[in-house]
Amino acid sequence: MTEIQNMKTVFKRTPTFKDYPTHYCPGCGHGIAHRLIAEIIDELGIHGRTIGIAPVGCAVLAYNYLDVDMVEVAHGRAPAVATGMKRTNPDKIIFSYQGDGDLAAIGTAEIIHAAHRAEQITVIFINNAVFGMTGGQMAPTTVLKQVTATTQHGRDEHLEGYPLQVSELLAILPGAVYVERCALCGPAQISKAKKAVKHAFELQVDGARGLSLVELLSPCPTYWRMSPVKAMEWIEKEMTKTFPLGKLKG
Amino acid sequence: MVDRVLMCGNEALAEAAVIAGCDAYFGYPITPQNEITAYMSQRMPQESRVFVQSESELAAINMVYGASATGKRAMTSSSSPGISLMQEGISYLAGAELPAVVVNVMRGGPGLGNIAPSQGDYFQATRGGGHGDYRTIVLAPSSVQELVDVMPLAFDLADQYRMTVVVLADGILGQMMEPVMFQKKPGRKLPPKDWALTGAQDREQNIVRSLWLGEGVLEELNYKLQAKYEKIQKNEVLCEQHEIEDVDSTGSPQAEIIVVAYGIVARIVRSAVDKAREEGIKVGWIRPITLWPFPSEQISKAADEFRIFLTVEMNLGQMVEDVKLAVAGKAPVLFYGRPGGGIPTVEEILDKIRQLTIPENKQKLKKV
Repeated sequence: MTEIQNMKTVFKRTPTFKDYPTHYCPGCGHGIAHRLIAEIIDELGIHGRTIGIAPVGCAVLAYNYLDVDMVEVAHGRAPAVATGMKRTNPDKIIFSYQGDGDLAAIGTAEIIHAAHRAEQITVIFINNAVFGMTGGQMAPTTVLKQVTATTQHGRDEHLEGYPLQVSELLAILPGAVYVERCALCGPAQISKAKKAVKHAFELQVDGARGLSLVELLSPCPTYWRMSPVKAMEWIEKEMTKTFPLGKLKG
Repeated sequence: MVDRVLMCGNEALAEAAVIAGCDAYFGYPITPQNEITAYMSQRMPQESRVFVQSESELAAINMVYGASATGKRAMTSSSSPGISLMQEGISYLAGAELPAVVVNVMRGGPGLGNIAPSQGDYFQATRGGGHGDYRTIVLAPSSVQELVDVMPLAFDLADQYRMTVVVLADGILGQMMEPVMFQKKPGRKLPPKDWALTGAQDREQNIVRSLWLGEGVLEELNYKLQAKYEKIQKNEVLCEQHEIEDVDSTGSPQAEIIVVAYGIVARIVRSAVDKAREEGIKVGWIRPITLWPFPSEQISKAADEFRIFLTVEMNLGQMVEDVKLAVAGKAPVLFYGRPGGGIPTVEEILDKIRQLTIPENKQKLKKV
């Protein structure tokens, strides 16, 4: 015990990040994104007035990790649910956490129209270029030539279309006040991602009149069939060619 | 003294919702219920409440889901094709046990159908409508005044049982104008919404969810929902009946024929029954006001005396199945209906009633 008395706590789990065994695969980016959100909620002191929306997908159980009031919603409908929450509770901080199947496929109408109506919500968009929970099928964001369970010879633009750049689409809408794309690959990028996510929350706290969204390129080693390290490298070398990093709006 | 005002059903029910304390209305235009959306767009901001015209019915019901999850009173309205789109959300509302009020001003179907009045959505409304093992309470008013009267009840029932209450009207009720009175009456004593998402300030986090992966957990939830539904079936049935209980001086029942109808059709039936009774025909009527829970007991009791049941609907036979289940073979159950915007007339119904009084027809039915 004497050694402990002489030690100093230099790092600890932020209170909003629950002590709960992860269900995510090794090397998955969701855990990193969850922790960033938890840290930001605590740094901004908004824990007691934040309501989160969990998507359909691997992150459906996000409430097991984030110690805030949370709701589970139908696939893709998070921005509509967020609209109902924020309009009736303008003093609350409402965020949705959505994957690429959720936001860029089935929920395209909801995200576009929430932005178009300038809903004062914060959206964290996890782009891992694949449907994770259902077994690695093609997502709208799957890059060309990428092999998935439903593009076994690689995504062919003539058969399966081009990767959908939702953030670029949203950035042209006046109702989207802030859109940035970051990547969860390595400490430097993660640090940038945290700044962006924090800014997206701050805008809502400050009453910005519109939607803020941060897209996070996130590793899925399981369905990319790569090691966690290779997956991080693939984001930096390959994925960013289709999804360039940086601020798109605001 | 409360003033009577002349209003169409759609606007009247919207005003009744405002008086009932509806915090938020979300909707997407569709005929024949557009007066509700237009009225709410003007009226809700006057009360500093929320109105949003959504991008789709899918979005509208999910906005209701979001507002309701935070403990607010929320509603949407639509007509048949739009209600089909809302079924996903209504199933999630059932799973997450969230209150909601959904008004369906029915029109002809299937598909895009037409914009004429219909009762084609009875099955959808009374069987849950979306995926999974659940129910919604269904209120079926038959006048503009009753539309006004059921709105506060709809919000109270939704909050009390934490579920969707469907107010099932049709194109006639929505469009027709009748004099109505608005009276704010004390509502039910309701349980606190301690499950609502209000921010986890000085308490454990609240989670609103419908995903239950653990072994047996979803089965338990379904049993819990079922227990709630059984309580509703026991306590919340509403129906109106005439000339069913009474007997004449000889001790035989006043009514040998019972016509069962709901909504606007019950009004037409009433006129037909009145005329039939003027002709000396022993006929009564039963009008379910709650379609789920269905007044099965009342109908079953009426079937204990041998009687002929005639169900009249604006479809080709939906509620008649519930009447048959309630009668359970004790008496013949006949049907008359018109689909796709066709409206049964007083003469048509009267003619059906007259046919049932012909002795040889009666004999045939007795044999069945």
